[in-house]
Amino acid sequence: MQLVVLMKQTFDTEEKIEIVNGTADEQNVKFIINPYDEYALEEALRLREAHGGTVTVVSCGSDRAIEALRTALAMGADEAVLLSAESLQGDDGFAVASALAKVVEQLKPDLLLAGLFAVDRGAGSVALQIAERLGLPQAAAALKVEVKDADGGNANAAGNSLSPSGASWSGGGVKQVAVVERDTEWGVETVEVPLPALITAQQGLNEPRYPSLPGIMKAKKKPLKQISASELGLAADDLAPRTKRVALLAPPVRAAGRKLGGTPQEQAAQLADLLQREAKLF
Amino acid sequence: MSDTEKRTALVYAECAEGALRRVALEALGAARRLAGDGGSVHAVVVGGGASAAALGTAAAELAARGAEVVHVVDDPALAGFAPEAYAAAIGAAIAAVQPSIIVLGHTAAGRELAPRVAAAVNGGHIADVTAVDVDDDGGAAAIFTRPLYAGKAFEQRRFLPGAPQVITVRPNNLPVAEPVAPGSEGTIAALAYSAPPLWTIVRDVVRKASGRIDLAEADIIVSGGRGVRSAEGFAPLEELAAVVGGAVGASRGACDAGYCDYSLQIGQTGKTVTPKLYIACGISGAIQHLAGMSQSRVIVAINKDPDAPIFGVADYGIVGDLFDVVPLLTEQFRAILQKPGP
Ligand SMILES: Cc1cc2nc3c(=O)[nH]c(=O)nc-3n(C[C@H](O)[C@H](O)[C@H](O)COP(=O)(O)OP(=O)(O)OC[C@H]3O[C@@H](n4cnc5c(N)ncnc54)[C@H](O)[C@@H]3O)c2cc1C
Repeated sequence: MQLVVLMKQTFDTEEKIEIVNGTADEQNVKFIINPYDEYALEEALRLREAHGGTVTVVSCGSDRAIEALRTALAMGADEAVLLSAESLQGDDGFAVASALAKVVEQLKPDLLLAGLFAVDRGAGSVALQIAERLGLPQAAAALKVEVKDADGGNANAAGNSLSPSGASWSGGGVKQVAVVERDTEWGVETVEVPLPALITAQQGLNEPRYPSLPGIMKAKKKPLKQISASELGLAADDLAPRTKRVALLAPPVRAAGRKLGGTPQEQAAQLADLLQREAKLF
Repeated sequence: MSDTEKRTALVYAECAEGALRRVALEALGAARRLAGDGGSVHAVVVGGGASAAALGTAAAELAARGAEVVHVVDDPALAGFAPEAYAAAIGAAIAAVQPSIIVLGHTAAGRELAPRVAAAVNGGHIADVTAVDVDDDGGAAAIFTRPLYAGKAFEQRRFLPGAPQVITVRPNNLPVAEPVAPGSEGTIAALAYSAPPLWTIVRDVVRKASGRIDLAEADIIVSGGRGVRSAEGFAPLEELAAVVGGAVGASRGACDAGYCDYSLQIGQTGKTVTPKLYIACGISGAIQHLAGMSQSRVIVAINKDPDAPIFGVADYGIVGDLFDVVPLLTEQFRAILQKPGP
């Protein structure tokens, strides 16, 4: 099967974020593969191991992201594509999604995988926008993924038959489905989606592997293609950002409050009183 | 559409088990401000099957709080949440209303729907909004604040003119829409909907304990860390939470140790919460935990270690054993809450 993984290189948010002249300082910060995308990549590698096929990692970013793509190749991905972010406003989901959708469409994946969100911007918007553009069903926040042949006939509990999903390359008829356990507010939900589909990875899906030394050597020879948005044949409006940053601010600092004294009994009574009278909570 | 045109806002009013969620009223409040004085606000409620009866109640509440028209999409295919079907139902409302801005809650469902809705209308999406600043000209030039880097920074964004706008608002951060004057309530109208090809089939849901208050929307959270020492150690915290009508949360330390479910985890890789009151019991205050809770209005820390970093962000700190302090607090609150207000 053809597996495509959307991957973003992000700030390591474990580190301190310094705001200098209204932008986050990139000088002293480490760049990593977005942790949720690592789960997506690991799952793609496991699915390829089980079902055969190829794993293509796709990223949108500056040349710096090549380093992240090489890491993905060293982990075992077969090929990589970097969409140059230069002509795209990288912090606006619309332009990135419309350009990446074109890239994905050309790769005709059976399964598109991505992280639940990127830890830098945290919007979780781009992958789902791509799914909408390409007519792919989705299973978000996956904790477990299984791909199997569609059993045709009356597999559907609700009595509906599965309709072919909307992606134009699927050629009608559902050959495979993904059974996905996904994390929701209301519990762990098991869903079945016909392929091609988008699955986003939640923490807990797997433990990503480390690149091996032979993997790192091999990665150097694997194909890494760079393309620009202008090569995708999109209209200017498709690449025009829809939103714009006005300011970037440090979070308000929280002054340490006060420690209460006395016996546990006295402290509890004091706290209840302060919450009521000072913080006006009750 | 030009920015000087009359603005129309559409709210996706999320329901849970048939009942309107508070974040839907917060979204409605934001929508009223964004539409401005001359604008109008519509809402859409979506459901079907067993939840259909409750949709009427939800719609009436929205109409009483400033939705000019509440569109009700009631279809058996919408009985359970299926993102593509719900996005199509919202799409039907968009076609009917032609809104300039669409507001959803930044909940699990809202997060799954908003990007699809934004892409379907070729619009922009500003996610996880924690504050909305509207100037004198109304919402056209509104500025939206949202956290970045797991809360280590904030950005302010605005939409560029021309394209439809989609925002998701983080629960518990914006004021709810107030009731309108009697007599000026909105109307309720059924909206026709034809189910798209059924893509996602829900096979099974292992539900969380029902009646549990959702962490994202809880006003009060009592959270436990490795200091609770066992699954049973959560019992006093649960009792305190029950007395104050709050929810129980946890640090990753407690989840990793197997004292509780990962769905309770708060922090950088867990849930982000902004309750009015956060009580951290036996939690050291690692940076990854703070990322998920440090925007709470009032923070209380109970910890044996006077040097625990959690005291650096706590408004009120109690140095002590949580097993002594928490039951005493429960007694205090029980006494307060049984008395008529202060
Ligand atoms: C990539 C990454 C992501 C992470 N994401 C998260 C996240 O989302 N959320 C999260 O919480 N953590 C996260 N962590 C883990 C985080 O770094 C800490 O390890 C974790 O928060 C510690 O949990 P804790 O405070 O419960 O435990 P500990 O650090 O062990 O602290 C226990 C505290 O309990 C106190 N204590 C013990 N007994 C008592 C008692 N009887 N009464 C009162 N106090 C007592 C101790 O003094 C101590 O301060 C992440 C880590 C990494 C590397």
